Amino acid sequence: MPADIDARDVWKAYRLDDARTLPVLEGFSLTVAQHELVALVGPSGCGKSTLLDLLAGFQRPDRGSIAVGGQAVRGPNRNGILITQRGAVFPWISAWRNLTFVLDGMPEEEKTQRARHYLELVGLQDFLSAFPYQLSGGMLQRLELARALVVSPDVLYMDEPFGSLDALTRLRMRQELLRIRREEPQTTVLVTHDVDEAIALADRVVVLSERPMRVTRIVEIAIEHPRSMADPRAVALKDSILRDLGAIAE
Amino acid sequence: MPSRASRASPYLVVAILIATWWAVVRLSGTQIFPGPWEVVLGTIALAKDGVLLHHIAASLMRVAVGYLGAAALAIPLGVAMGWSAVAYRALNPVIQMLRPISPIAWIPLAILWFGVGNASPIFLIFLSSFFPMVVGTIAGVHAVERHYIRAAENFGITGLPLLRHVVVPAAMAQIVTGMRIGLGVAWLVVVAAEMVAIDSGLGFLIIDSRNAGNRYDLVVAAMVIIGVIGFALDVLMRRVERVDSVKWRYAR
Repeated sequence: MPADIDARDVWKAYRLDDARTLPVLEGFSLTVAQHELVALVGPSGCGKSTLLDLLAGFQRPDRGSIAVGGQAVRGPNRNGILITQRGAVFPWISAWRNLTFVLDGMPEEEKTQRARHYLELVGLQDFLSAFPYQLSGGMLQRLELARALVVSPDVLYMDEPFGSLDALTRLRMRQELLRIRREEPQTTVLVTHDVDEAIALADRVVVLSERPMRVTRIVEIAIEHPRSMADPRAVALKDSILRDLGAIAE
Repeated sequence: MPSRASRASPYLVVAILIATWWAVVRLSGTQIFPGPWEVVLGTIALAKDGVLLHHIAASLMRVAVGYLGAAALAIPLGVAMGWSAVAYRALNPVIQMLRPISPIAWIPLAILWFGVGNASPIFLIFLSSFFPMVVGTIAGVHAVERHYIRAAENFGITGLPLLRHVVVPAAMAQIVTGMRIGLGVAWLVVVAAEMVAIDSGLGFLIIDSRNAGNRYDLVVAAMVIIGVIGFALDVLMRRVERVDSVKWRYAR
């Protein structure tokens, strides 16, 4: 299968002042195969969000190459859509308009059909004319997901997408994401600090180090769906990943 | 739902004010200052021969032209200044210097430039409502959350469509607040502007009523009407704030 993300030898440092710089990435590489879901877990402040910014084109690397869907990334573009915990559906237009707006320029019929399809896919078909402030936190994240998928990006970047939801809604959203992926597999990079979430959703979990960020280990999650966190294999994986992260004693 | 007592309270306050007014006029025994009833009779007299409507229409027309002209210029300028740091740096000092000059101070220049016709008060209204709207729009654009801009850029929306479909709607609540303040000031200024040598409008009515035989009943009647119309305009603008595409900012 072709790689949808190919980041090679990426370097990135922030200038703090004339004398000091803060190195975030020093020769970081990552490839993600088509339709694969890769979860990135690592200590907070290690550079995960910077990496997503670089992949999505919001920041430029100092050195190295990043290609998404076979094309070099030169700036933010529709090949890779970034979803964050904060959420960025446009609150001044309806759910329906949020989807059709990002499709502007497409023939009307196709636009309508796509918007309808993706709102149905995320289960919001009864809330077409609702304004975002009328939706719950979980529904907002579904809307955000529908708006990302409607432009058929090569890759979806999710930065702690369920981080602001309550525990129960977060579990439901996991199931929703898996259901949506069964219907329409989508190459996805998921940043999370929730190791359970990573194991429940990912094909591979990339465990990251403190800054400057390196890959500590890549863990294949070869457990079939639906996965249970009580599964001994899941428990063992969680244990070893938390050990890598220094969250439990050796 | 507010309780019945709290819904009745504004009417009660108005009733108390009118009663106090009546009592003070009665107790002082003044011959010149009118009581509430004389004012009602004066208003009816004015309304009967259509003079009142003529003055109201004249004032509203001047406000409409001056205010809409100001909005048409102030909002695009405010968006440009809020969006572009270069435009802000270049224009803000001038705006901030002109802003504190009372519109009343411009009256001599307005008469010099535009004469005593309609153009002078319209110009003064334009000036007075322009600044609150520019300042409100700039503040609104400055307050637009960065993550909406990023999301739009992610979908390839840049340039003018970004301003029109993302920045302006995101700032709309503050733009509307600026427009509300602008309209209030415009109405405040029309009366002052019309006191200077014009032959119609509510401001003219006040000065003319006093000059033509100390008709203080008509002076007060005109004042009350100005207040009521100002109140109605504000209610109208508050309605705009409740439109879905504007009120999202207040809803959460």
